[in-house]
Amino acid sequence: MTPIDVGPFAAHWEVALPGLLVAATAMLVMVADLVSTDPDRESLAGVALVGLATAAGAALWLWAGGNGAGGFGETLRADRYALFFALLLIAATALTILLSVDFLRLHALPAGEYYALMLLSTSGMVFMAAANDLIVIFLALEIMSVAVYVLVGMLRREVRSNEASLKYFLLGAFATGFLLYGIAFFYGATGSTRLDVVAQAVARDGLTPFLLLGLALVLVGFGFKVALIPFHVWTPDVYEGAPTAVTAFMAVGVKAAAFAAFARVFAGALVSVAASWTGVLWVLAALTMTVGNVGAVTQRNVKRMLAYSSIAHAGYALVGLVTATKAGEAALLYYLVVYAVMNLGAFGVLIALGRRGEPNEMLQDFAGVGFRQPVLGLTMAVFMLSLAGIPPTAGFAGKFYLFSAAVDAGYVGLAVIGVLNSVISVYYYLGVLVQMYMTEGTRPIDAPATRPYLLATILFAGVATLLLGVFPSGTMELARVSVASLR
Amino acid sequence: MATVPLLTLLVFAPLVGAVLLALLPREPLAGVRRAALVFSLVPFALSLWMLGRFRPGEAEFQLVERAAWIPAWGIEYRLGVDGVSLFLVLLTAFLTPLVVLASWGDIHRRVKEFFALLLVLETGMLGTFLALDLFLFYVFWEVMLVPMAFLIGVWGGPQRVYAAIKFVLYTMTGSLLMLVGILYLAWQVKVQTGAFAFGYERFLALHLGAREQLYLFAAFALAFAIKVPLFPFHTWLPDAHVEAPTGGSVILAGVLLKMGTYGFLRFAIPLFPAAVATYGALVATVQPDLKKLVAYSSVSHLGFVMLGLFALTPTAVSGGVYQMLNHGLSTGALFLLVGMIYERRHTRMIADFGGLWTAVPVYAACFLVVMLASVGLPGLNGFVGEFLILLGAFGPWPWATAVATSGVVLGALYLLWMYERVIFGPLVRPENAALEDLRGRELAVLVPIIALCFVMGLYPAPFLRRMQPSVDRILARVQSVEAPRLAAGGRR
Repeated sequence: MTPIDVGPFAAHWEVALPGLLVAATAMLVMVADLVSTDPDRESLAGVALVGLATAAGAALWLWAGGNGAGGFGETLRADRYALFFALLLIAATALTILLSVDFLRLHALPAGEYYALMLLSTSGMVFMAAANDLIVIFLALEIMSVAVYVLVGMLRREVRSNEASLKYFLLGAFATGFLLYGIAFFYGATGSTRLDVVAQAVARDGLTPFLLLGLALVLVGFGFKVALIPFHVWTPDVYEGAPTAVTAFMAVGVKAAAFAAFARVFAGALVSVAASWTGVLWVLAALTMTVGNVGAVTQRNVKRMLAYSSIAHAGYALVGLVTATKAGEAALLYYLVVYAVMNLGAFGVLIALGRRGEPNEMLQDFAGVGFRQPVLGLTMAVFMLSLAGIPPTAGFAGKFYLFSAAVDAGYVGLAVIGVLNSVISVYYYLGVLVQMYMTEGTRPIDAPATRPYLLATILFAGVATLLLGVFPSGTMELARVSVASLR
Repeated sequence: MATVPLLTLLVFAPLVGAVLLALLPREPLAGVRRAALVFSLVPFALSLWMLGRFRPGEAEFQLVERAAWIPAWGIEYRLGVDGVSLFLVLLTAFLTPLVVLASWGDIHRRVKEFFALLLVLETGMLGTFLALDLFLFYVFWEVMLVPMAFLIGVWGGPQRVYAAIKFVLYTMTGSLLMLVGILYLAWQVKVQTGAFAFGYERFLALHLGAREQLYLFAAFALAFAIKVPLFPFHTWLPDAHVEAPTGGSVILAGVLLKMGTYGFLRFAIPLFPAAVATYGALVATVQPDLKKLVAYSSVSHLGFVMLGLFALTPTAVSGGVYQMLNHGLSTGALFLLVGMIYERRHTRMIADFGGLWTAVPVYAACFLVVMLASVGLPGLNGFVGEFLILLGAFGPWPWATAVATSGVVLGALYLLWMYERVIFGPLVRPENAALEDLRGRELAVLVPIIALCFVMGLYPAPFLRRMQPSVDRILARVQSVEAPRLAAGGRR
């Protein structure tokens, strides 16, 4: 019997290296969990971080190689776009792990499982950004999601955590069903699931009915994962119920990875029929911004408010996709970076306020914190102002890029809707600052210095938020280079 | 000669001061206060240096500094000063140390944070006046917002949170629409010349249709009208003023309100000259309806400034710029005086006073001069500005000017009436008899302002000489658009 020749298929196997290294780290953490004698398992975080650093190194090495070769029969690509997201996602996970160390100790969560699941999910995300095939996107999305379903339910003794997990699982499974169904139609319409082949077929045949059906179904699938209106209903409950560090991970990582695949399919493979989907996305973007912001205004629970705010921010980010221009897509990438940094910071402060048995998530729990804990107050002020898009923070630079790309593409109306939404958002972000600085409160807060990893992460995010706002050019240039490989 | 980046130093000196202040220990308060005073005097000294290096008689921007900032979008870091912004910068740098000094007795809680925010605010204000790139301008414009909101919200009166939020929401609504306008203009630069740019001169060089100009003017004018504030966008101002601490009120009335009028003169009028005729007439017709606003002296005074700016004659516009400075000085001083009496009596009700002339004669005298300057008594600064505006605006709009003047007369009446009730009459309340007259520190705050009121009232030439060329240059742009229209039948 002759062995199957896998040579051509395994050529350029290195394109999978960043994702493989993250997955390998997950295995390593599980093993280390068995042999570790440290009751807090703090060393596991170290293992995870070293693994992530190695994966980031591999991504940088591929970036330097710069040939954007495809591997595994062109189903995976290590182009700049994929590597940009790989680095973003790895960095976001690393920051989330740093946010989690003290959180896990506080809530007595099993660190081994937690880190391993988070890393597995990250490997799914990295593969999702690198996927050049609809089936690989689906597989990566499932790897990512299944791990997150478990993470959401980690607080086993809390009802709302269980509820969130079940809700997310059921609706998520439903949405991935839509995605898979859409993929089937794509295959029917174009004869392939590979994105470059799909792109050629779409450019040749135009918009066939099957393709339109596939497009709509895939849009539902992605819309669920990035929480667009009207596929957002799960978001507030799930974000509120999940352990706060996991919420941060979902709001940042899951959303960025889903946008990576979303943009790769729409702005990449389907760009030749852009006229058929920009209108729909325009409406979705306007709705998502507005419903997210209006929903956030009435929230008294800051975690839930941040959930609505994350919906609104998905709406802003979608503006970049609506433009169907390189400038818009670059703005989208830049915005995802900015959003990751400021949002992780905001969730970090939220974690820092929490104590054992006292989540301290309500708006009134923030009363007077600004002057009592100047570091938390000042950093939270930076994150809130950035989320509201007030210069000189990163959030402003991000919105500036998005809206100027929209104006450049002729969507002045969408830009106006965007800025009016920013005014609404100012109200509720300012509400947090009003509580922190303009009302008195006595609720005890643990000194941030007792949670060094958390404090360091928050400070890092704060400084990064300011730097990305004042000097946006470098990162924006990377984003611009990265979207060049999209089509 | 190796040039010192003077304007950059000037803009960021307060910010550096704020950071240093934040790093200082909280106690002793006296040390914090002195440090804040020193940090606010540094930009004042730098602004005087700038005045020394400013060449009068030139219309162009001077002391220009530029550096690439976000090259992909043609955004530059560019600062420069001309005759219009020169004195507004000086006013800002002059008032801030006085506010610091005046707040020594007013602010006893979270002193360090108060002064740090005040200095951050100063950076925002100076940057707004000096920025020549509209992206940079917008950044500084927004940077002013947050510290001011905090000054009101943290150190203000009982309704401070409401006032702070109202202030932010009003201002944000206007400025974000202006942002869209700026983006649109930058995009037009790209359409017309091939690449994005945000430079002031690049915007001036654009060819815009009359309809486009109308919309863009509306976007910019809303932002500025809210800041001025013009009727009917003025409702945030009484709240903010009543709730803000004295120092906040002084900065708000003295400088922040000038941002609106400055914005009109620097951006809205020269960028969209075709729209000015339409909206200018609107301003003039709204003016007579402002009767009920006379009580809000700031609103009516700044309405008068707007009348001067939109009369579009060199005399009236110069008068408008002059009046911005006057209003900054006299209203600032009025708020300081009110603050000083409030510190002593913890009430601001007119009915609680009366007969102060015998109890606190120095206070009463200072109050008298400032009030008369605000009313426009000849020999004091207010007169020069008002007279120039009347002189220049009467030609194009005789009726509007006449009505606006009666508005100012009514405003004078209210101020005189207020003065009479507070200072004259019998001293009936025993707690007023025991009032302490002005202390040395308070005199140090008021005397420079009063001296400047006299200087600007008696010898305005050095000020006007430096403004005139830049004002003429802005008007030349408007006239180049107006002239063909007038030839083709006129607009009136």
